[in-house]
Amino acid sequence: MTRVLEVEGLVVSFPGEHGRTPVVDRLDLELDAGDTLALVGESGCGKSMTALSLLRLVPRPGRIDAGRIRIDGEDLLALRVDALRRLRGHKAGMIFQEPMTSLNPVLRVGAQVVEAIRLHERVGVLEARRRAAELFERVGIPDPAERLDAYPHELSGGMKQRVMIAIALAARPRLLIADEPTTALDVTIQAQVLELLRELRRDTGMAVLLITHDLGIVNEVADRVAVMYAGRVVEVGARETLLGAARHPYTQGLLRSIPALAPRGARLPEIPGSVPSAGAWPSGCRFHPRCPRVFDPCKQHDPDWTALPGQRVRCHAVARELAS
Amino acid sequence: MSAAPTGAAALAEPLLRVEGLRTWFPVRAGVLQRPVAWIRAVDDVSFSIEAGRTLALVGESGCGKSSVGRSLLRLVEPQAGRVWFEGVDLLGLAPAALRPVRRRLQMVFQDPMASLDPRMRVRDIVAEGMQAFGIGSSESERSERVARLLARVQLDPGQMWRYPHEFSGGQRQRICIARALALEPRLVICDEATSALDVSIQSQILNLLRDLQQELGLTYLFITHDLGVVRYLADRVAVMYLGQIVEEGPAEALFRAPQHPYTQALLAAVPSLDPARRHSVAAAPGDVPSPSAPPPGCRFHTRCPRVFARCAQEAPPLYGTASGASRCFLSDPGAATPDAGPAR
Repeated sequence: MTRVLEVEGLVVSFPGEHGRTPVVDRLDLELDAGDTLALVGESGCGKSMTALSLLRLVPRPGRIDAGRIRIDGEDLLALRVDALRRLRGHKAGMIFQEPMTSLNPVLRVGAQVVEAIRLHERVGVLEARRRAAELFERVGIPDPAERLDAYPHELSGGMKQRVMIAIALAARPRLLIADEPTTALDVTIQAQVLELLRELRRDTGMAVLLITHDLGIVNEVADRVAVMYAGRVVEVGARETLLGAARHPYTQGLLRSIPALAPRGARLPEIPGSVPSAGAWPSGCRFHPRCPRVFDPCKQHDPDWTALPGQRVRCHAVARELAS
Repeated sequence: MSAAPTGAAALAEPLLRVEGLRTWFPVRAGVLQRPVAWIRAVDDVSFSIEAGRTLALVGESGCGKSSVGRSLLRLVEPQAGRVWFEGVDLLGLAPAALRPVRRRLQMVFQDPMASLDPRMRVRDIVAEGMQAFGIGSSESERSERVARLLARVQLDPGQMWRYPHEFSGGQRQRICIARALALEPRLVICDEATSALDVSIQSQILNLLRDLQQELGLTYLFITHDLGVVRYLADRVAVMYLGQIVEEGPAEALFRAPQHPYTQALLAAVPSLDPARRHSVAAAPGDVPSPSAPPPGCRFHTRCPRVFARCAQEAPPLYGTASGASRCFLSDPGAATPDAGPAR
């Protein structure tokens, strides 16, 4: 397996009341060709900022403070701006939640795909247009040749997301970063887009990093899952293991509180309290004030990884359990 | 419940009965801003909810489910239909007569930040309606009531002098619920009330709504696109597509054996959470047509996997099923099995 993405010790920070406040803290990730890794967590956990940092798109005044990001062997943080521009799109494409805000409303969608193709390859307009039509067909846009001339507002939400996927695929990237790609879509349309993502991954051997808050979507498309809480990855594992036998109390709590899994009318298990905001992260394990398994070390020491077969977890309680 | 009808015959009367509700919005154009088309947001919708029960109104964006909720309160004016609430037709009431009814029919919206005045303190937000309806004889009595309500929704009454922005999203939704409860409503319309919340917060709010229903005998109309939430809390479910209810029935039966092909497609599309069983199915191809030009015949026929010739020509009525109703020719108990498409 070729390693397409490797992240080590990534720190992303924003200025806060008391100096710079990390929103992503010492994050490690790895992803192989043909694999789909889901990065899951609730709002404010830092998953979207992680995605943006992978293409050095963190908006000011945020910045990457530390860490190493390698995409297809290239050290992203060492790249100069022109080399970075080539890498974006060519090695890693990205799609976002709101296709409308990512598409230029005054340009026909075909022109936007053609632009993406010609940014990365020396081809004429006609050839690029032919390729754009092929891409449209590939992502399941009906009447592709005609739809090239449509403006974004003439397309439905699902079709716009397909256009975004076509643009992201224009330069045949090794890595597709998809940040909540179906969150704005209705469930029947979401099913279509998820099916498309599965097909593309199978046909192209692309690696996919999927950012989502929805564990159902994780189950549908991921091979591996990384769960984030308060800027840190707290559990990583294969999909079946993580959804079937999660070890971190936060992951367990998340899974239990999903109403679709609860018996009708029974009380839903709750995670007490709310997600702490960046800058107000508790000491020690950041989940400890909400954790049902909290004990003394959790309050003082940030837990290190504990390795288990097929998964790893940052939790003192799990570490103690294994040690005894 | 003083306004509730009494006597044996009235027991069968639901708290809310909606008949033939129609809310169309004009699409205006030209210098004179004349309507050039109508968006049929709600098109002949009928349902009822028994006191103390929860009806979920589900569907995808643009199906008209939110317009139904707003029409009931006459936040938008329906063109036709009847809305019987506690035995009174709300659509026939003059605005002045509607006011006291609104007290007993409250609404909780999706975005708590947008529905809370950022310049008002929480105490005043919750007490505002009490004052308007003359609940509580003095400011201090109302403050006491606010404190009790905040405690009831598990907020710290000591925080009643704070502003909405000082609270988290889940806490703000609790404030909205406290405000709704302040007027002692019988029916609460929850319009995507938990949709903007993270799953760990959503479960807290769902538990709260469930507890309040048991304690206060509240009746809920739960408008949502989230089928997991529906399965968990609804007694009955009405599924909407392009302005119409296409299927209605008890939640348990509807999830176990959906009758209408749209309901079937909707349920098949929901991502599975079972690690041993993945792959939701995209069973309804294509996009939802515009509600200003719904397809002739059955409105779902352009996307239906079981479409046959009649569906494009004739609009199916709501057929009674074992425990509910389905707007599909395949649900017609009198008809021989037609030349339907491939079986699912």
